[in-house]
Amino acid sequence: MSEQKIVDYEYKPGFKGMAHDTGSDQTMFKGVHWGKAMMWIFLLSDTFVFSCFLISYMKGRASTPVEWPNPSEVFALDAFGVPVPLLLIALMTFVLITSSGTMALAVKYGYEKNKKMCGWLVLATALGGLIFVGMQAYEWSKLIHEGVRPWENPFGAAQFGSFFFMITGFHGTHVSIGVIFLFIYAYKVFAGHYENGGKRGWFTTMRGDYVEIEILGLYWHFVDLVWVFIFAFFYLW
Amino acid sequence: MEETKKKEQQGSTHKIGIYLWIWGLLFVLSFFSYMVDWYQFQGMLRWSLILFFMFLKAGLIMAFFMHLFWERYALVNVLLWPMTAIACFIVLMAAEGQYTLFSRLFYFFVGGGQ
Repeated sequence: MSEQKIVDYEYKPGFKGMAHDTGSDQTMFKGVHWGKAMMWIFLLSDTFVFSCFLISYMKGRASTPVEWPNPSEVFALDAFGVPVPLLLIALMTFVLITSSGTMALAVKYGYEKNKKMCGWLVLATALGGLIFVGMQAYEWSKLIHEGVRPWENPFGAAQFGSFFFMITGFHGTHVSIGVIFLFIYAYKVFAGHYENGGKRGWFTTMRGDYVEIEILGLYWHFVDLVWVFIFAFFYLW
Repeated sequence: MEETKKKEQQGSTHKIGIYLWIWGLLFVLSFFSYMVDWYQFQGMLRWSLILFFMFLKAGLIMAFFMHLFWERYALVNVLLWPMTAIACFIVLMAAEGQYTLFSRLFYFFVGGGQ
């Protein structure tokens, strides 16, 4: 996306470029913004953390002889007096995908140096994330009222609660941190920190660039990506 | 001269249509995976549909929203090859889960080898 020009280095596409990249001197991924490469490495490590949670959930669920609570009944929500299975979860998915889409557009407008559109879309993404966290807080309090605890629950296997709170809680923490950063970066975009060559950051002498919005976007899309897996394995399975 | 230099520095952006298409597709796929639960499909059909929609959604998000489709191969490979380790871990733990279940049933419910 935002490849910088490096003297005496020419980026080659395809497998030839890959060989050049892995065999290049001093640094790999030449021309890629350091923050972007680092964000990808962080996301890779985060993938392993979430995988470990989901795998332990799989192992716990597969190894208990007690019947597992039926998620489509546990997470049902009354709408006009009729219990609709997974209604809240479907709405949460809808909100998160919406915010993911606005983020993708924010990145696009950022690269086009469209300050207003970029800022508003980042702000919309932050609001979407905020709504998601609010819905999750509602979901948690509802289940806690119904007697779900990390060590017991009235629906079935006792392990259900600990996996539920651990996995959705860790994901919710990621969303919350993302929302905080989205608000900060919405401010930075509107304040013009990426205009006219970029303003120097708070803790660094490096100048800001719209690539930071793409890096933020990578994190946000990852949060959405994790939700896709949680939705499939925890709520649908 | 100045003009072309500026254009080069901006970096290429993609047309808005591709993002809107992927966005719409994600909504449709989420709706379908919700329908899997709505119609209470069971057994292999349920699992294969859940996994199919899940991987399709994950792939679309990674390829287009996270730009992996346009990224250099070195980065794509650095990111995707470690996933094989996770796949191995899943297989190992699935086997382990079966064994734990067998042990629990055999020793706690059947009464062991007595």
